Amino acid sequence: MTEQTLEAGEGTQATETRRRISFRPPRARSKLASSFRTPLWHRVAERMIAVLALAAIAAIALIFIFIAREAAPMFWESDFAQEVQLKDLFIAKQWKGYEEPVYIWQPVGEPAKFNVIPLFVGSLKVTLLAMLMSVPLGIGCAMFVALYAPRAVREVVKPTIELLAGIPSVVLGFFALMVLASWAQATFGFHFRLNAVVAAVGLALTIVPVIFTISEDAIQSVPRTLTEAALALGARKYQVAIRVVLPAALPGIAAGVVLGFGRAIGETMIVLMASGNAAIMDLFDFTTSVRTVTATIAAELGEVAQGDPHWRVLFLLGVMLFGVTFVLNIVGDLAIQRLHKKLTAGS
Amino acid sequence: MRNTKKDWLLAGLTGLSLLVILLFLAILLGQIVWNGAPVISVKFLTESPGADMVSGGIWPAIYGTVFLTLLMTLAGVPVGIATAIFLNEYASPRSRLAKLVRIAVNNLAGVPSIVFGLFGLGFFIIFVGGGIDSLFYGDSARVWGKPSILWASLTLAVLTLPVVIVTTEEALKTVPREIRDASLALGATRFQTVYKIVLPNAKGGILTGVILAVSRGAGEVAPIIFCGAANFLPYLPTDLRDMFMHLGYHVYALATQSPNVDAARPTLYGTVLVLLMLTFSLNLLAVILRARSRAALRP
Repeated sequence: MTEQTLEAGEGTQATETRRRISFRPPRARSKLASSFRTPLWHRVAERMIAVLALAAIAAIALIFIFIAREAAPMFWESDFAQEVQLKDLFIAKQWKGYEEPVYIWQPVGEPAKFNVIPLFVGSLKVTLLAMLMSVPLGIGCAMFVALYAPRAVREVVKPTIELLAGIPSVVLGFFALMVLASWAQATFGFHFRLNAVVAAVGLALTIVPVIFTISEDAIQSVPRTLTEAALALGARKYQVAIRVVLPAALPGIAAGVVLGFGRAIGETMIVLMASGNAAIMDLFDFTTSVRTVTATIAAELGEVAQGDPHWRVLFLLGVMLFGVTFVLNIVGDLAIQRLHKKLTAGS
Repeated sequence: MRNTKKDWLLAGLTGLSLLVILLFLAILLGQIVWNGAPVISVKFLTESPGADMVSGGIWPAIYGTVFLTLLMTLAGVPVGIATAIFLNEYASPRSRLAKLVRIAVNNLAGVPSIVFGLFGLGFFIIFVGGGIDSLFYGDSARVWGKPSILWASLTLAVLTLPVVIVTTEEALKTVPREIRDASLALGATRFQTVYKIVLPNAKGGILTGVILAVSRGAGEVAPIIFCGAANFLPYLPTDLRDMFMHLGYHVYALATQSPNVDAARPTLYGTVLVLLMLTFSLNLLAVILRARSRAALRP
């Protein structure tokens, strides 16, 4: 008897679920659903899933709020105003003993000088240099693997580059510091053993896998019909590669480059260990030591008292870094979405 | 004739870029294995470092790294799997919420690791830890509101969340739609389908994601610099509020803060090799598992 009612209940439940198959979260429970006895823990677990799914959104919000919370008091605290003027964070200032207004980061000087521009210049220098090396390498590699390599080579190369992506950045920093730096100085006669070039080579090793993976995906997703049509029209293979495949995959490749840039500008351990960390403001000389935003936070925060003006400025750097990478990520994602739209609309 | 040359040129140039990368990888691994392998011994792996940090072994760092990643996994993996289940099994692909979650996940993956360090300090240590302290221990006490293995692992859990979510979702996607429909048609509820049909079938792929996240978390140093990693600790962490030694942080500290880097060189190479073997074996395991679970699902 009970079995029969249970069966009836299940039958109605089945039609109920059929209607819900459009993959929507269950809304208001109908009478039928509540008369069917699902174990309590199923319902609890479903609620938990819905709540836990919000964790990623919460994390992004909390990261922003709690970094900004440590930086924000700089706008009203009198302690801060006594030591640092807000405009000096960004604008060159004529300090006592200097001949002209300078951009200078010298947090332990007397008076402490907190101009963040040299740090951003340092970050940009290392990042651009790393991009200069990794973009051609990454895209070249992706083209070779996607267009030329035989299947067997591809099956080996892709996991190998994934392996490269799996190397912890502290190990790459160590490699740049111990091996590359000495070798580069002996070969090129750099004045500074640790400099922007050495750090950039280390950085390039972390970005190549990012650019490679996304570009390779993009090139693979170019429909065969396009390349076959071009070949049938008599185009040579290199013409197809450069004039058909690359333009079609361009949004994806651009996304790889943008995301790689974001990765490079936020990378900490490699630049901290291999860039020399001297905040020298020199736009065009790439063989000097540089101090990046990330390395500054990592190296200095440990020695600053909580709530100190220096502490607030370091958290401000964190907020700015977060903002920059946030925008780059959004741009990269949009580019990937555009690629998919473009390629699916064509077929 | 010129055209065939151009064909070869493009193939050659792109092939060359691959060779350059493989060459760098080979030099890197070669250097580390060559210099690190002679250092590794049972003594090196099981003893504590001497007071100068250079002599002795690195056991506390190995222990700290494993303990840290274990806590991280316990905290982060359930949340990551739940999010992936929500995205793939419950939310409609067009729902606003699902889109928002996806954007958040992608962005979280791109947040610089040092920013996670600031977050761990500002949120977990100062806000949560400090909050607990002022509630239960009075204002001046510092019981929870200080760097510790608990806060470091929670910070890393947030950092590795996107890895778990993305790989789990991929695993869930490989489960054929027909199996779900069959289960639903037989009268199973959505949750029963997920729990009894989808998850067991996606087990291998989910495990891959967990392993990748562990490997990523084990190698991250920047987030834990202010959140609980210690230069030198004479004891092993037993309490959640203890600080800990860490392989990656040990490498960083020895390479940059040691008074005599030449004397530290063998220990450094040995530590780097241990760290690399740890992350590589995890990655390799993940690659094998993924290949296997894909083969199992192939019709």
